[in-house]
Amino acid sequence: MVDMTKLGDDAIAAKGWFKSHKFLILRRLSQLGILALFLTGPWFGIWIVKGNLASSLTLDFLPLTDPYVLLQAMLSGVVPETAAIIGVVIVLAFYFLVGGRVYCSWVCPVNMVTDLAAWLRRKLGIRTTSQISRSTRYWMLVLTLILPLVVAGGIIWELVNPVSMMFRGIVFGMGAAWIMVLGIFLFDLIVAKDGWCGHICPVGAFYNLLGSKSLLKVNAVQRQACNDCMECYVICPEPQVIKPALQGEKKGLSPVILSSDCTNCGRCIDICAKDVFSYGGRHAKKIDEYKREVEVNRGVRA
Amino acid sequence: MSETERKNEINRRQFLGNMLKTACGVGLVGLGLGAYSKRASSLPADYIRPPGALPEEDFLGACIRCGLCVRDCPYDILFLGEVGDKVATGTPYFVARTGPCEMCEDIPCVVACPTNALDHDLKDIEESRMGLAVLIDQENCIAFHGLRCEVCFNVCPIRNRAITLDMQHNVRSGKHALFIPVVHSDACTGCGLCERACILEEAAIKVFPMHLAKGELGKHYRLGWKEKEKAGKSLVTPDTEHRYNLPEGVRYDLQGEGLIIEGEAEETPFSSNPLDTLNSGFMDK
Repeated sequence: MVDMTKLGDDAIAAKGWFKSHKFLILRRLSQLGILALFLTGPWFGIWIVKGNLASSLTLDFLPLTDPYVLLQAMLSGVVPETAAIIGVVIVLAFYFLVGGRVYCSWVCPVNMVTDLAAWLRRKLGIRTTSQISRSTRYWMLVLTLILPLVVAGGIIWELVNPVSMMFRGIVFGMGAAWIMVLGIFLFDLIVAKDGWCGHICPVGAFYNLLGSKSLLKVNAVQRQACNDCMECYVICPEPQVIKPALQGEKKGLSPVILSSDCTNCGRCIDICAKDVFSYGGRHAKKIDEYKREVEVNRGVRA
Repeated sequence: MSETERKNEINRRQFLGNMLKTACGVGLVGLGLGAYSKRASSLPADYIRPPGALPEEDFLGACIRCGLCVRDCPYDILFLGEVGDKVATGTPYFVARTGPCEMCEDIPCVVACPTNALDHDLKDIEESRMGLAVLIDQENCIAFHGLRCEVCFNVCPIRNRAITLDMQHNVRSGKHALFIPVVHSDACTGCGLCERACILEEAAIKVFPMHLAKGELGKHYRLGWKEKEKAGKSLVTPDTEHRYNLPEGVRYDLQGEGLIIEGEAEETPFSSNPLDTLNSGFMDK
């Protein structure tokens, strides 16, 4: 059992505080930086990015459009403008390469709320579990895509979607949307670990599918060095993705975390005192294979 | 049944059970969302959509709530609906009384829209129909009290077409005119400049979304004289000259002062001019 009060202490001792929080800091900078780009306009009159995550225009030149919301609009019968089509192609290509759920861990503002809830759970030792299945999000995704087809009144998910609601709220005005955000925080804190992002959110499910063949992956490249401290399982928002890569050596499984549930957040890289994990390509060679090759080559030379 | 078979059976049962539970839960969420959307998708009277907005139902399917129209409005009149507002969350609107549409010629809000929720076919702002101005309170509009105002008429950008002044007799003073503003739906864009300009504490002229402002004739209804004009002839029984059903020797002629009894003039000893009777005494002398 991992001692929650000492979670991450090994890594700090081995690598220092900054190196053991590197990707966490970078992710927060990314999430807040994206918000800042949208906010310099309304706050200071310096227009860098206009709009919000649904659709935006950067420096009056680069259009970006969220494929999930556009898909819902198209299902309710919309033919998008050229700018939206260009924007959606760019976004699709980006997440297709870097991993769909990079959206969840590096862009989505709700992630900061649910991470906070998860951190508090660990601090307060809340261990509640719920019966909600991780596949619920796919059912939700199907539901949100069927609703525009069968119910008049358009993109119904966007009436309540907390992801777009929170981002739009910060940029355009929150109204009572903070209740929604608070609701998710309390749900994740009290009802279920990673309840929203890991189980229910259809936005994450969409990006999950989008990045199912993505190139950028976390790789348990030094898995021989693992000392079974289990801290990566505790810190990971989708811990089921780790096991095949970290402990699959005997079964001949790749050390690359192949599951598209992985959000590429890099917390496992940060928290590992033994530096087992690192970012790498999807088709990165197993380090053991690589070592063997080197040895073989040496043998040939000698 | 072997041990592994029983285990598989239990696993399968568990799997199906869990799946059913999830599906039911999500189905309930769907029902809730569907019901909520019905409530949330009604457009309230004081929320006016930007120019070129599709009919409300289509608009809610097309608008992705990005706010680019809000950003590109040079007068900053547009807002996105917030949670708790009466309008669908995240959709753009303006409030005519506080910030009406200034009717930019290049319609930047429409150009900014990435999904055609604001119809890109709208090129001429005068063709837009954001809503319709309605002179809703004739009791408080001071024009009806015979006071000269005409502010709505004067600020209207579709001058003398969307709002005209109808001059009527002022019965109260007996010698003045009333200058009554009249809105014409074939020209009014619903920009709301008149509503903002109305000098009353609460505007007497207001812009409403089209579906609230307009009546609609029954689909089966035909206006006879228009049909006649269209067809070039009457569509029902052809017109016959009207004849009054009067006794013999009596006819009706409006200009000839109404009922006329034929031959009456010869028979009566009295003149039809009453002055002749009054003057008769003098004439005898």
